[in-house]
Amino acid sequence: MKNLWLIAYLDLRESIRAKWFLVYSLVFGGLIALFFIAGVTESQVMGFSGLSRLLLMYIQITIIILPIFILITTVRSISGDRDNHILEYMLSFPISLKQYYWGKVIGRFITVYLPVLFAMVIAIIYGAIKGAEIPWAIFFLYTGLLFALSSAFLGIAFFISSFVKSSEVALGIAFFVWIFLLAFIDIALIALMMQQRFNEELIIGIALMNPMEIFRVAAISLFDPELTVMGPVAFYILDTISQILFVLLSIVYPILVGLLFAFLGFRIFTKKDLV
Amino acid sequence: MIEIKNLTKKFGSTLSLDDVSIAFNQNDSVALMGANGAGKTTLIRSILGYYHPNSGSVLVNGLDPVKERQEVLKNISFVPQLPPPIKLSIDELIGYIEVSANVKREQILHHANEMKLDIQFNMHKSFFKLSGGMKQKLLIAIALAQESNIIIFDEPTANLDPKARDDFYRLLEGKQKDKVLLFVTHRLEEVEALVNREVYMDLGKVVSDEKI
Repeated sequence: MKNLWLIAYLDLRESIRAKWFLVYSLVFGGLIALFFIAGVTESQVMGFSGLSRLLLMYIQITIIILPIFILITTVRSISGDRDNHILEYMLSFPISLKQYYWGKVIGRFITVYLPVLFAMVIAIIYGAIKGAEIPWAIFFLYTGLLFALSSAFLGIAFFISSFVKSSEVALGIAFFVWIFLLAFIDIALIALMMQQRFNEELIIGIALMNPMEIFRVAAISLFDPELTVMGPVAFYILDTISQILFVLLSIVYPILVGLLFAFLGFRIFTKKDLV
Repeated sequence: MIEIKNLTKKFGSTLSLDDVSIAFNQNDSVALMGANGAGKTTLIRSILGYYHPNSGSVLVNGLDPVKERQEVLKNISFVPQLPPPIKLSIDELIGYIEVSANVKREQILHHANEMKLDIQFNMHKSFFKLSGGMKQKLLIAIALAQESNIIIFDEPTANLDPKARDDFYRLLEGKQKDKVLLFVTHRLEEVEALVNREVYMDLGKVVSDEKI
């Protein structure tokens, strides 16, 4: 176990010093700062105001940029180390592949999750200082959703990283996965399906398989399940499944997706040549 | 200590090791030579358990390095040809080795000192930012501090100046006893004084194996 935590700790230390982490933290911290500066908390659009509106905007932007950030920064974790012979040296010491792989996963998860969480915590603290009402239900839902979304894409990234030999190819695949999942959220999905005249069960099924779509629907559903910005698929899902069940699904399912891909990645990592 | 039987390793359609059988025993100090692409690195990586053989077997102290890598690697030290661009600080890298290989920090610092490498003031510097020679010296110090009974050096003196090479040779003197030392090299004269066996490889085969 000590080797597992050692790898996690070292990966965390290495990531925190990296330039990508600085940019990553600045983007999410900067978003919150920008919202405050722009007076988002004082504005009122479609009935939402204060911190609720700020968190809603934050989460809508996060849907798009968090997955690609996680994919791009994580996908090179093992493939990059393999590329530049770091893996060859680090694995010449008596450390098990299980400890190495899962240590990297834990370290990287903390690295990608903490900045997005801190950005929300900062928003809550700043809002409290300004005397705004704290929307705790939304805060806890988003904390869970961000945890789940980070898990899903981290697992996918480690899966890609485990079988790709060069980090350039890994980046290409990561970008493709992001675009693909982005294309299959609501509006684009429904447009494509309507054009091809697929039945609605298939459309809903595909939507429910996409962790980005689940995240999006769950994130907005707490405000108003009949909101027009949600899109027809989201509306249909919330009309069919109860809101509580869907929120639970939206947290559990992406975590399971992440774990499944991370396990598949581990299997490949141990069954293939290491360098 | 190391027993390789009918080992074949292919990468796609390229045959890197072709039915290689060779054994390295206690007190063997071996110069492993051959042209680029002869299969030297593949052979070493197979001993380290990085490759799954297409056929044949590798046993290190009677153990399979792929299936029992932790047990096998407890007895192996490895110095790569080129120091990898590890971003960890020297302090963190030594910490990793202390915990994973159960090596005392003082031992690493002692051997670094013997290699005329002063790392006390560079402990928080990234390993990546050291000069090529300093990196190589530190990797050699780490390998020697491990006190393994198998030490693999892949072109160990490539980045060292003549003075550092002398320090390296001096440190290795008397370390051969009861060990296997494997030197991958293109220049026999660099390790001639240290070896008692020369192995030549070509096109994935062992073509010559002589005791000196």
